Amino acid sequence: MSAIEERFGPYGGRYVPETLIAALDELTAAWIEAREDADFVARLELLRRDFIGRPTPLYLAQRLSERVGSKVYLKREDLAHTGAHKINNALGQALLAERMGKPRVIAETGAGQHGVATATACALLGLECVVYMGTEDIRRQAPNVERMRLLGAEVAPVEAGARTLKEAVSAAIRDWVANVETTHYVIGSAVGPAPYPALVRDLQRVIGEEAREQSLAAEGALPARVIACVGGGSNAIGIFSPFVADAEVALIGVEAAGEGLDTLRHGASLGAGSTGVLHGSLSAVLADEEGQILEAHSVSAGLDYPGVGPEHAQLRDTGRATYVSISDRQALAAFGRLSRLEGIIPALESSHAIAWLLENPGESGFDVLCLSGRGDKDLAEYLEQTGKGAGG
Amino acid sequence: MTPLSNSGEAPGSHPPAPVTAVPTTGEERIAGAFREAREEGRAALMPYMMAGFPDRESSLAVAAAYVDSGADLIELGVPFSDPLADGPTIHDAATKALEAGATLATTLEVCRSVSERIPVVLMIYANMVFAHGGAAEFARLARAAGAAGAIIPDLPLGEAEDVREAFAAAGLALVPLVAPTTPPERRARICAVARGFVYVVSTVGTTGERAEVPASLAELVAATKADAVTPVAVGFGIGTAAQAAEVGRIADGVIVGSRLVRATAGAGSPQAAADAVAGFLSEARVALAE
Ligand SMILES: Cc1ncc(COP(=O)(O)O)c(C=O)c1O
Repeated sequence: MSAIEERFGPYGGRYVPETLIAALDELTAAWIEAREDADFVARLELLRRDFIGRPTPLYLAQRLSERVGSKVYLKREDLAHTGAHKINNALGQALLAERMGKPRVIAETGAGQHGVATATACALLGLECVVYMGTEDIRRQAPNVERMRLLGAEVAPVEAGARTLKEAVSAAIRDWVANVETTHYVIGSAVGPAPYPALVRDLQRVIGEEAREQSLAAEGALPARVIACVGGGSNAIGIFSPFVADAEVALIGVEAAGEGLDTLRHGASLGAGSTGVLHGSLSAVLADEEGQILEAHSVSAGLDYPGVGPEHAQLRDTGRATYVSISDRQALAAFGRLSRLEGIIPALESSHAIAWLLENPGESGFDVLCLSGRGDKDLAEYLEQTGKGAGG
Repeated sequence: MTPLSNSGEAPGSHPPAPVTAVPTTGEERIAGAFREAREEGRAALMPYMMAGFPDRESSLAVAAAYVDSGADLIELGVPFSDPLADGPTIHDAATKALEAGATLATTLEVCRSVSERIPVVLMIYANMVFAHGGAAEFARLARAAGAAGAIIPDLPLGEAEDVREAFAAAGLALVPLVAPTTPPERRARICAVARGFVYVVSTVGTTGERAEVPASLAELVAATKADAVTPVAVGFGIGTAAQAAEVGRIADGVIVGSRLVRATAGAGSPQAAADAVAGFLSEARVALAE
């Protein structure tokens, strides 16, 4: 097996304090070793099956397909244990932490899904867990905060800046700088310094591997399009990755347009950002002409981030993947629509992908859409944003 | 030590700026400052400050007070939105400076105001260097403001080569950092390419005052000195004159950051800010000379 990528074209790298370099080297070595260790792989596969509930179904969404006017399968990551794809990464990294002999795990979370997934994996393995979360996200994702605490994790509130995901990542990195010898940082998306973007992709690749096999089993063909929402880009890179070599499959990433790309209140780093360094890697970021990182905005906490994984920046530049965006309003409408059409309440993040599909029916074959998570956590925010009371 | 070069002045006062017609590189200026301190039999004192904090006028006053109260070099922080190597004190100062409207131009103005009298080393995060036209263009801007060097805390060995070369071509020294977690073989490689000085991070952590100087520091500094051809300065966590003196006994230079930023934060006016830092610096200078 090849080494782990440090760069994706010009993007990626390790723009972090010197203090962390030794730990990043250690993590790189641990992952190269672990993924070739039959015992480790067997343990991960068993837990994927019996703990996470993999493979997740590839579900033909009949009523959604009728509404869109083309055939759509949903890759049901919402049915993974803890309700989102985040557990694929968190479990893999927690196993690595255990293997490296690090008794303490830290994580950041936006929507709370990655925090819950990490808290869950730490409970399973008996590791200490601290999750950094912006206080604005603590407000809008309250049910997940209670879940993390119930699972034995400490939720550390972050007051800096806009009190959302960017500041939570920064706080986690600072904790890691101070406690690197005993602590593993389970980053929640395909972002950060090398080896994280490649490590997280490797752990999320299972989504795409299953979806590719399931597509061939169900249709005897590959999908025309694979569609996923993009925050930091982990569910998208996970489902895209096994299809990258299939040139006939279009890859479409859906970013958050928030209140509009012309308003500065959005999360579309690939569509409307510039090249810069955030949280340890060179990639597409939202920054001003001075190089100050801007606050992102999205109604969905998981897409409310001014950066994106470096591999997506490369896929954009090479034209292999296409990145589009969907506004808060469109995502909220799709949230309600999928709930009523299919009896599936999608995460507000995933609702961005649904919203794009509703407006862009397929022209041939069938599509696969990554339903990255379930939307129970978003109910209160949905009701507040749409002004709908119960039964509305 | 050559008696002639010893100014013989009381600690706390700074020798008048040498009148130089020959343009010197930043590296030479930094070396000169360390040499002068060494010839006085003490470590160089390098206070840190945040440009534009709490406002432009105060930071200009603080820079002037540093020169007048015995600093040998100044480390000038450039306010950035996401300073990952900094603890709460300096992070907050950056946030407030940005809120008060500070830009790179503010930093360069502060730099220009003192750079004829003292070598200034900028502390700037990588994204700001890239955003200002890249390494070569940034170096040109910094040199035009008289900066002697720059520390980029999120540009470790492995990412720094192009930047180091572009800076060197412009006469701006790229000062690298060594951490307690840096393996010996890597430390040697960092020291081999250091310009100006090597910045030893005293503790595993972000910037901020600490109760004690770690016991392992002496060993780390000695090992770094053995690897380096440049002077070796220590920063992160030094917050009292006694700690400065303790570190000054083992290192060529002592960097004091959060303690002074905190003093500035509490002051209500440019004059009060200048007075607050001058008091601490004079005390540290005396302690270093003992
Ligand atoms: C359900 C769900 N989908 C998507 C995302 C966005 O992250 P990523 O782009 O890494 O998949 C999140 C992040 O919290 C999430 O919870």
